[in-house]
Order: sequence, then structure tokens, then C-alpha cells
Amino acid sequence: MRFLCIYRPSKPESDAPPTQQEMESMGKLIGEMHKAGVLLAAEGCLPSSKGSRVRLDGGKFSVTDGPFPETKELIAGFALLQVKSKPEAIEWIKRFLTVAGEGESEVRLLHDMPAG
Amino acid sequence: MPPTADDETRRAIHAVWSIESARLIAGLARLVRDVGIAEELAQDALVAALEQWPAGGVPDNPGAWLMATAKHHAVNYLRRGTLLARKHQELGRALEADHESEGSETVERIIDGLEDDVGDDLLSLIFVACHPVLSREARVALTLRLLGGLGTDEIARAFLVGEPTIAQRMVRAKRTLSEARVPFQVPRGADRVPRLSSVLEVIYLIFNEGYAASAGDDHMRPALCEEALRLGRILAGLAPDEPEVHGLVALMELHASRAGARTGRSGEPVLLPDQDRSRWDQILLRRGLAALEAARASGAGPGPYQLQAEISACHARALSAGETDWAHIVALYEELARLIPSPIVHLNRAVATAMADGPAAGLAIIDSLRAEPALRDYHLLPAARADLLAKLGRLDEARAEFQRAAALTQNARQREQLLARASACAG
Repeated sequence: MRFLCIYRPSKPESDAPPTQQEMESMGKLIGEMHKAGVLLAAEGCLPSSKGSRVRLDGGKFSVTDGPFPETKELIAGFALLQVKSKPEAIEWIKRFLTVAGEGESEVRLLHDMPAG
Repeated sequence: MPPTADDETRRAIHAVWSIESARLIAGLARLVRDVGIAEELAQDALVAALEQWPAGGVPDNPGAWLMATAKHHAVNYLRRGTLLARKHQELGRALEADHESEGSETVERIIDGLEDDVGDDLLSLIFVACHPVLSREARVALTLRLLGGLGTDEIARAFLVGEPTIAQRMVRAKRTLSEARVPFQVPRGADRVPRLSSVLEVIYLIFNEGYAASAGDDHMRPALCEEALRLGRILAGLAPDEPEVHGLVALMELHASRAGARTGRSGEPVLLPDQDRSRWDQILLRRGLAALEAARASGAGPGPYQLQAEISACHARALSAGETDWAHIVALYEELARLIPSPIVHLNRAVATAMADGPAAGLAIIDSLRAEPALRDYHLLPAARADLLAKLGRLDEARAEFQRAAALTQNARQREQLLARASACAG
């Protein structure tokens, strides 16, 4: 089973880079997830100032460039997990949140390789 | 009815078990020198977790909690005299010391130095579970149980046998390991290559069982592919200098990447050249190519798994069937045939040769294989021969071969396809 896990921290985004301690803790957890064979991919987002929003509404496109200071809980990163069950994904994500900081991770089951 | 807090905790406990059980068993096996006893102690810790965590919640470090509990139970076993005398001694020594301190063991550890304990324990467990003294079925069952954390029922459903069969297989396997006094360690030196070969064979076997599963089967069967992939990835992390480990992982990732395209709308098998490539899983495909790079980087000349992965990668890189580099594939099969001169490899080489150099060239190779006893009941031989005969306009012969192939295949839909091709040959 594959799960897309999208992380939105409670803290507003800041310019400050992660601390050495934060990077080490995250590096250790990512390493553990790799070693457990469950991590297919994981990336952190750069600040929203480098991003954009593309919208299709009423047949018309609109593009809004970041930053998006008014948005609570911007997406900060994602992880793609391959695990045996949703509870297992949730357990890993709890460990991830403990390291990444307060906020929410939306855990979504993906369409998967069909049987055979 | 919404799930109770208890239900959620129970689910969380099983999730923790999925994550922690292999490392737990490995660490305990290092202590007690017996995987059977290690597994029992781990199970005791799981039972304790099921009893205590619903009230207090999942502890902050569940792995450490389980290990501490398991060691505590080991002491209880000791006191109740449950273990045999020899084990009492070893266990007593180990627990009193509470760390590895037996002479040569320490020296070896200092010399080896770089590997961390957990990795070494897990690697040792993988090698022990796949020990060649065990039958292939026993190795598979033990690996899925000790490393995959799968229950006896799940393993039984995956292999379409009864639970008692699997249970017995595992009891016998653990006894065999005990009696043979298989040491709990990572094999080195001359032993390394054949032992690693056995591990790779087990993992690939599990993968192929899963890959052979069809739509109607119990969901545990295709789950075997994921489990084999997971075990392969873990092994690649623990033994990164072994090119054939990366080769096997590459092969499995690439095969798995095509799983979504292998079956047509009515459940009929779709051959690779006819597959809808937009249904190939790009994440797995790219991972497969990356693993292949890791295999190449490990230096040594390509082994059989790496070569098979190279062949698979040729297909993966072709955006359409027409762009396939068949000449390269033929060269790879020739290399593979030198390492594994099996009739099946030659048959695949023949098919590739037909694509690269025309049907007559491929047919020449197939004709030389017709007497091979190993291929006598293999439906793909007459099927391939029929296909080439048809391309050469020898329709009567082609029809006879398609009919022969149809009679040999076990798969009903494949039989229909072959019979349809036979009819199409009738003028």
C-alpha cells in the first residue's frame, strides 16, 4: 500500500533555515525509514515565495505567485511511504511529526499496482 | 460504531510490531543465540504491549520498551527452567554481562568497527533465516515470519497451503537451525558468496510468488511483491557493496513497475511489446534504474541479477515498443547465457534475436532447443516458435505449434489467446 503524506506545520513559515539539531534529527529519521525499506520519496518545500498557485475556475486560469503569508498551515513537504497498512503509515508519520514539529500530516492512500 | 480508544491502540500496537519486530528478534537472537527462542521472547513482549499499552498509551520509544520487556521475560524463562540447560548458561551469561563481552566476539566487533549493532543484527537474522541447511520453503516461511512479521495465517494464504503446514515448517526449521548450531552472525570470506546467493534466491522467490498472483487471488499474494521489494531494499541498505543485491532490487523494481500494464481489460495477459506504457509506474521504474546504477557502481562484473535488470532496463528506457534497443538486449542475453546457460535463457535470447535480426535468425536458435528436456512441457517454447513461423508465412506449422502451446499452458485466458492465434493461421 502506498501513502502520500503531506505535512502542514502549525508554525508560520519563516526565513530562518533549520538548525543543525533539526537537520540531524530529521536526517536520522529519514535514514531509519530508508533502512526499514518503507520510504519511496520525501522532500521538503522551499519557501512559498519560490512557488505559485495555479487555478482553473469557470474555465479561466489564474496564476498567483508566492509568498502566501495569509495562508495558515502551508504545505512544507511530503513523504511517499510503502507500508503494509494505514496504521503503519500513521505510526511512521507520528514519529515524523515528533521530529518535524507540530502541525498536521494528511495521509492519503494512493491508487496502487493492481493485483497481477 | 466509531472505533474505541482501545481499538486504535491495538491497531497502533500492530503497526509498531510491523515496524519493530524484525529488529527486536534480531537483537534478542544476538543475546540468546537462537532465533526460535528470540521469536518467543519477542512474542511475549507483544502480548505485554497488548495488555499494557491500551491503558497507558503507546510509549515514546516503543522499540526500546519491547526490548526491555523481552529481556525481562528472558529472566523469567530462566527462573522457571523453561529453557534447556545449555541455553540457561548462555542466557545467564549474556544477561548478567548485559552487553557483548565474550573474548573473540569483542575483538571481531572492534576490527569490523564500522557497522552499527542494529544493522549487523538484522543482517545476521536475514542470513540465518535463509541458511542453505533449510529447505527452500522453510527459508521462505521463516524469512516472512521473522523479517516480515507476517502471521502464520498470512503466510499460509500467500502460498495457498494450510496453516498447520506452515506452522510445522517453521517449527522444523527452527529445530534444524538449533541442531546444526548455525551461528548468529554475518558470513564472511569464502562463505559469503553462497550464503548471499541463498538470501537473494529467497527474496526473488517471494517476489515471483507475488508476481504470479492473479486478480482473483487473496490480497496476501500480490502483497508478497511489496514484501520482497522491502526486504531487498533493506538488504541493499545493509550490504551496499554487493552489486547483486542492487541488481536484484533493480530487477524487482522494474518488473513491479509494469504490473499495472500486464493485464488487459478482460483479465487476459498482455505481453510486454503490447503493453500500454503510460501504465508503467514511473516511481518504481526510476527506482529500478537508480538501483541498477548502484549495481554498476559497485564495480564487479555484472552478475546474473544485474544482467537481467539491464535487460529489463532496456525495455524501461524505450518510450515505445518500436524504440527498444533489441541489439543491446541480444548482447545482454549472450552475456547472461555465459553465466547461466539454461535453456530458458537461450529461449529468451532467441526471441530477442528474432526482434533484432529477423524471425529466421530467432527460429534457428529455437529449433536447436526443441530437444531440451527442461523445455518439453514449457508452453512458451511452442508459442515462441509458432509466432516466428507465422511471421515467416509458414502458417500450417504455426497453427500446429499454437495448438501445442495452448495444450501446455495452465492459464485459461492464455489458452484462449493461443487457440485464437491458431485459428487465425487457418488460411
